[in-house]
Amino acid sequence: MPNISRAAAIVGVAEADEMGYLENRKSDLQLSTEASYNALEDAGLKKSDVDGIFAAGNTLGLAEHMGIHPKFTDSTSVGGSSFVIHAGHAFAAIAAGYCEVALVTHGVAGHSRRFFGGAGEGGAPDSPGGQFETPYGFIGAPINYAMACARYMHEFGEERTREAMSEVTVSTRKWAALNPRALIHDPKAEIPLTMSFDDYHNSRWVCWPFHLLDCCLVTDAGGAYIITTPERARDLKKPPVWILGAGEGHDHGMISQMPSLTSLIARETGPKAFQMAGVTHHDFDLAMIYDSFTYTVMLTIESLGFCGRGEADDFLRGQRTAPGGDFPMNTSGGGLSYTHPGAYGIFLIIEAVRQLRDECGERQVPDCKLTFCHGTGGSLSSGGTAVLALD
Amino acid sequence: MTQQQRPAVKPVPIPTPETDFYWEKCQQHELWVRKCNDCNQAYFYPRDICPDCFSRNTAWVQCSGKGTLHTFGIVVRPPHRGWAEDVPFVVAMVDLEEGCRMPTNLVEVEADLNNPGEHIRVGMLVEVVWEDRTDKVSLPMFKPA
Ligand SMILES: [Zn+2]
Repeated sequence: MPNISRAAAIVGVAEADEMGYLENRKSDLQLSTEASYNALEDAGLKKSDVDGIFAAGNTLGLAEHMGIHPKFTDSTSVGGSSFVIHAGHAFAAIAAGYCEVALVTHGVAGHSRRFFGGAGEGGAPDSPGGQFETPYGFIGAPINYAMACARYMHEFGEERTREAMSEVTVSTRKWAALNPRALIHDPKAEIPLTMSFDDYHNSRWVCWPFHLLDCCLVTDAGGAYIITTPERARDLKKPPVWILGAGEGHDHGMISQMPSLTSLIARETGPKAFQMAGVTHHDFDLAMIYDSFTYTVMLTIESLGFCGRGEADDFLRGQRTAPGGDFPMNTSGGGLSYTHPGAYGIFLIIEAVRQLRDECGERQVPDCKLTFCHGTGGSLSSGGTAVLALD
Repeated sequence: MTQQQRPAVKPVPIPTPETDFYWEKCQQHELWVRKCNDCNQAYFYPRDICPDCFSRNTAWVQCSGKGTLHTFGIVVRPPHRGWAEDVPFVVAMVDLEEGCRMPTNLVEVEADLNNPGEHIRVGMLVEVVWEDRTDKVSLPMFKPA
């Protein structure tokens, strides 16, 4: 396989105009379009420059809504990791000359949908999930992921697991407190702005072994980013953020089909992306890891190879992922406390780019030059890794 | 004006040609799974072609109904209106004696959130019991053996 490292760069990133608990009936399309508009503005590009569109599912509807007639379209929809995988796809498409300006976009009124209808309850009753999981109440990510976490507890010890989960949830809230756009600042969010380990242990159960504070938010949100060729990237407003490497994969769909509940496909996507990028685990200044649940983070760290299996507790101990720690992670406040509309991967990329551009104010990681994003989607099913760097 | 609440109904599976036999046997309170004659591996959920070696040379085998608990979770927030009056309940995966893993519920066991491990342990022996969800559809569930 040819190495296309640095064949494309991210040149614009943005969120929707407003995010959080909106309850104003903004549609998915509007949230996505606002974010796309803002990302083009951030890049200093026009809508008419866009010739490739990438979204999880509805590229037809999104391109129509924005009046885009793409010559390259990619609707890859494999859960919340999709938007990290899109970075790899856009990277490849640009390297191969299929398009020059790729728009990756996502918007979902995930919170408001609960009140305005449309929330589904399990899969179609004749699908494999609808026949064999849904009838038992395997409905929704918290339940499915909780069972994987319980298996980890059995294999590696309940106390160690709980400690690792608490390190993730507490450190992530510390970052969120420094991000003005994090939902944590909305009193409706039900998350303490400063969170102690006790707050975590005392928060109510959603599905044992998950407390409420192990689980990501469900917000209304939109995000977008723009990828283009090296030639165009160098002429634009902001410093290009290069894609150095990418990897993707999935090894099951339903949680009951997961080969091992304690190992993610990140074990393959990470090494592939790092190798393409020519970097090792010790080179990164920042880790952006999909935090649908605390358990997702600890498992991702292990599967990517930052530590061995069952060692996440030792790796995470002492708040080293918090502000000031030696392994800064999820500096936006993550899906746990910044935003998470149901699929969050696009926000990993947005924060990574902002950190590399030194735009993060109070939460800026000093001298941030190299980072990676890893998204996990479905029922711990799919994974995408992207390595991003400055010049 | 009062509105009659629809009775809460838990989801009911709809069989397909690949799964008709499974659900027919369930109705008779028998648990059958698919097994590949070429790679000799039993697998779940039922499909005609082996998901391991992709052989069409597959068959149905009847299970002993015994297995071990692979993992579980105790559901507190009802995921669907059908469980509104029925929490906490235990979601689980069971490793069947025949060598495949299936999603299920663990029943006839105390779901103690303060000390789940006292009554439910991963690795414990379990055996099949049946819930008749409708006249036509019965679901295999498991209880401590
Ligand atoms: Zn086979």
